Amino acid sequence: MQTTNIEFEKILHSYPVEVGSLIPLLQKAQAKLGYISIETVEEIAAYLNITESMVFGVASFYSQFRFTEPGKHSISVCLGTACHVSGGETLLESFERDLDVKPGECTHDKKYDLNRVACLGCCALAPVVKVDNDIHSKVNVIKLNEILSKYE
Amino acid sequence: MNNFPKLQKKSKAEWDSLVHSKEPVIHLGMASCGKAAGADKVKTVVLNTLKQNKIKAKVVEVGCIGTCYLEPIMDITAHGNPRLSFGNVDEKWAEIILRKYLIEKEHNRNKVLGHFGTIPFNGVPSFYEQPMLKDQVRIVTKNCGIIDPSDIKQYIANEGYVGLSKALEMKPGEIIELIKNAGLRGRGGAGFPTGIKWRTCHDTKSGEKYLICNADEGDPGAFMNRLLIESDPHALLEGMVIAAYAIGVTEAIIYIRAEYPLAIVRLNNAIEQMKEYNLIGNNILGSKFSLHLKLKEGAGAFVCGEETSLIHSIEGKRGMPRTRPPFPAVSGLYGKPTVINNVETLGTVAHIVRNGADWYKQFGVDGNFGTKTFSLVGKIRRSGLIEVPLGTTLRKIIFDIGGGTQKEFKAVQTGGPSGGCIPKELLDTPVTYETLAKVGSIMGSGGLIVMDSDTCIVDLAKYFLDFIQKESCGKCTPCRVGTRHMFEILEKICNGQAEPDYLDKLESLANLVKTTSLCGLGQTAGNPVLTTLRYFRPEYIEHVDGYYCPALVCRSLIEYEVIKGRCTGCQRCVSVCPTGAISGPRSEPHNLDTNKCIKCRACYEICRFDAIAGNAIVITSGKEA
Repeated sequence: MQTTNIEFEKILHSYPVEVGSLIPLLQKAQAKLGYISIETVEEIAAYLNITESMVFGVASFYSQFRFTEPGKHSISVCLGTACHVSGGETLLESFERDLDVKPGECTHDKKYDLNRVACLGCCALAPVVKVDNDIHSKVNVIKLNEILSKYE
Repeated sequence: MNNFPKLQKKSKAEWDSLVHSKEPVIHLGMASCGKAAGADKVKTVVLNTLKQNKIKAKVVEVGCIGTCYLEPIMDITAHGNPRLSFGNVDEKWAEIILRKYLIEKEHNRNKVLGHFGTIPFNGVPSFYEQPMLKDQVRIVTKNCGIIDPSDIKQYIANEGYVGLSKALEMKPGEIIELIKNAGLRGRGGAGFPTGIKWRTCHDTKSGEKYLICNADEGDPGAFMNRLLIESDPHALLEGMVIAAYAIGVTEAIIYIRAEYPLAIVRLNNAIEQMKEYNLIGNNILGSKFSLHLKLKEGAGAFVCGEETSLIHSIEGKRGMPRTRPPFPAVSGLYGKPTVINNVETLGTVAHIVRNGADWYKQFGVDGNFGTKTFSLVGKIRRSGLIEVPLGTTLRKIIFDIGGGTQKEFKAVQTGGPSGGCIPKELLDTPVTYETLAKVGSIMGSGGLIVMDSDTCIVDLAKYFLDFIQKESCGKCTPCRVGTRHMFEILEKICNGQAEPDYLDKLESLANLVKTTSLCGLGQTAGNPVLTTLRYFRPEYIEHVDGYYCPALVCRSLIEYEVIKGRCTGCQRCVSVCPTGAISGPRSEPHNLDTNKCIKCRACYEICRFDAIAGNAIVITSGKEA
C-alpha cells in the first residue's frame, strides 16, 4: 500500500492545485487502482484543498468512475441504439444470470466485473460485447460462454 | 521560417513511391470497427503469409473507409496495378487472397471490391462505383481508409495543411467571412452558422479566448467522430488551427470521450508530429501566430454535449448546464469567450479554405450547403459511415446507399435520443436541418438507425427514455422528474399494465418536458415519444388494449413455443436453457414449460443456428396466442 501512496503522491503533484485538475486526477487514480477508493477521494480532496463531498460529487456524476474493485477481466455490454435493437439487453441479462452479478458489480471470485456501456461506436457490428480491450461483434446469447472461456 | 513547401515536396515524393512501389503494399483497415471485425488476427496472418513465402512487402495500417459491413478490409497494391480492395477478408481468406495475387498475380473475383486507380482495370470496377459509394460525396472523409493516420506526411501529400498555409496568409476576418459565405452550419446537430459563432467570439474583447472541439460523441448509435479521428486525425487538427487563428485563440482544447482509446492515441500521436513540423506551438509555419493544444478526456456524461455543461466539465465540475445568455462565445470557459465546435464542422474548415466558398456551395441545397456524415446502422444491409450532400432524401440514403432492409422497412431514427422516428410515408423527406425538424425529429450529429418489422416502436421509445432519464443531470425538475415518469409509463405499456388514458398522459408530459426544461437535453427528450405517438399510435394501442406486441419484442407480452411438427428432438435447446424450462427425450418433440421460461432467447437462437434443429421454436404474442 505504501508504494501506491508514494506513486499516487507523485501523480498528484504533477497537476496544478486547481479544480480543473480534479477529473484528470480521478482518471489517473482509476487507471492506477482500477477504481476510486475512499482513500483516493480523501487524498485528492486534501491536495486540491476542496471538500471530500465535492470530489465524490463530481466522481459520481460521471459514468466512467467506479467505486468498487474491478475483477480480473472487465465485461462491458454495449447498449447503444443499434445494439439495443439487435438484442443487447438480452446479452446483459444473460451475463447477470450466468455470473450472478448486477452491472457495476464484480463476481465473488473477483474474476469478472460486469458493466453496461452507452455506445462503443461499433454500431455496424451490433450487438457488441467488450471484454478487457477486445470487442466481440455480432454476439448472441449462445456465444457468451465461448467468449468468456477465452478469459480465464 | 516556413518549411512547408519543402515538407510538402518530401511528403509527395514519399507518397508517390508508396503508390508506385516496386514492393507490394498491403493496407489493412484497422480502426476500432475493423479491429472488432477481426483485423488484428488478419494482420497476423498477413505477416505470417509474407514470411512463409519470403515475400518482401510493406504492411500499412489505415483507418476505416466507411463500408463497415465489408470489414475486415484489405487492400493490395502490386505488379504495377492500381490498389485493389478486398472485403470480408477473414483469416482464411487473407492467406488465399495474398498467395493468389502476389504469387500467381490473380485477384480473387469474389472478394475484390474495387480498385483505386484512375483508369479501368481488368474488369474490376472502381471502388467508388460500388452501390454504397457511388451516390456519396466524400469531402470530410476523403482520406479515411486511404491514408495511414499515424503518418502526417501521408496527410500532407494529399493536400493536407494547404488550407492552413493559405489561411495564415489571410486576415482572420477574411477567413470568418469565407466560412460565413460558404454557409457552413454546426454539424453537432443544432446547425448554428459557424461563421457567426466565430464572429461573435472574435469581436468580444478579451485577453484570453478558447476554442474547444467537442469530440464527446455521446449519441448511442453514432460514430462519425470516432471514425474521422481514428482514420484522419489531421483533418480535425488542421481545421482547429485555422479556426483558432481566425477567432484569435492561443489555447485550444479537444474534449474527447474516454471510451475512444484508439482515437485518443491517434490524436496524441498526430499532435506530436505537428510539433515536429511547426504546425502547432509557437510561430506556426514561420508566422506570428501561436497555438497550444491539449486533450481533455470526457468522463462519460451525455449532457456534456451541451455547451455549458461541457465547459463545466472541463473546469472540473459536475457537467450541468446553465441558462444562456450569456452564450459561450461571449462568456465561456473560465468566463472567457469560447467557441465550441463539433469534430465534423472543424474537419470541413480546411477544405473550404483550400477550395473556396463557391466550391463548397455546389454541394447541398440552399441554406443547407455542403455534406454531412451519417452512421447508417441498425437493420440495414449495407451498414457503415457515409457522407452525402445535404438535401439527399432518406429514401436514397437508406435504399440506394444502404441497400434497404432484409425484412420490411418500418422507420428510421435520426438524431439519437434527442431525435425522432420517421416512418416510411416520409421517406422522401430531404435531409436538411429544417425538414427534419418539421417532421418532429432533428438532424443531430448524424446517427441514422434503421428499423424493420422486428423492432418494437414502444420498446424503442422506452429505450431512449431510459437512456435520457439516466443521463438527465438532475438540475431542473421537468427533465429530472418528467423523463423518469415518461419512462415508467412506457415501461408499464411494454409490460401490459397500461391504463387507457396512458397515451394521452404520455403525450402531454412529453410536451411539458419539452417546453419547460433548461437545456437541449430536456427540450428534446420528448421527441422519441412524440414522433412515435404521432406516426405509430396504432402500435401503442395494440400494446395497451390488445396486450399485443407485433414486433414480438416486449417480453411480458410474448411467449415461446415449440412447434411439435417441426421439432426434431435434437436437445440442443435443452442444453442451452438456463432454467430447465425445456424437456423431452432425444428424437421426440420437446416440451416448453412457460412457467419456468424466462424468455432469454437462448433456445430460439440455437434452434435457428443449428440446421438439424429445424426452426421449431417460435415466439408469439397476444393476438395470435
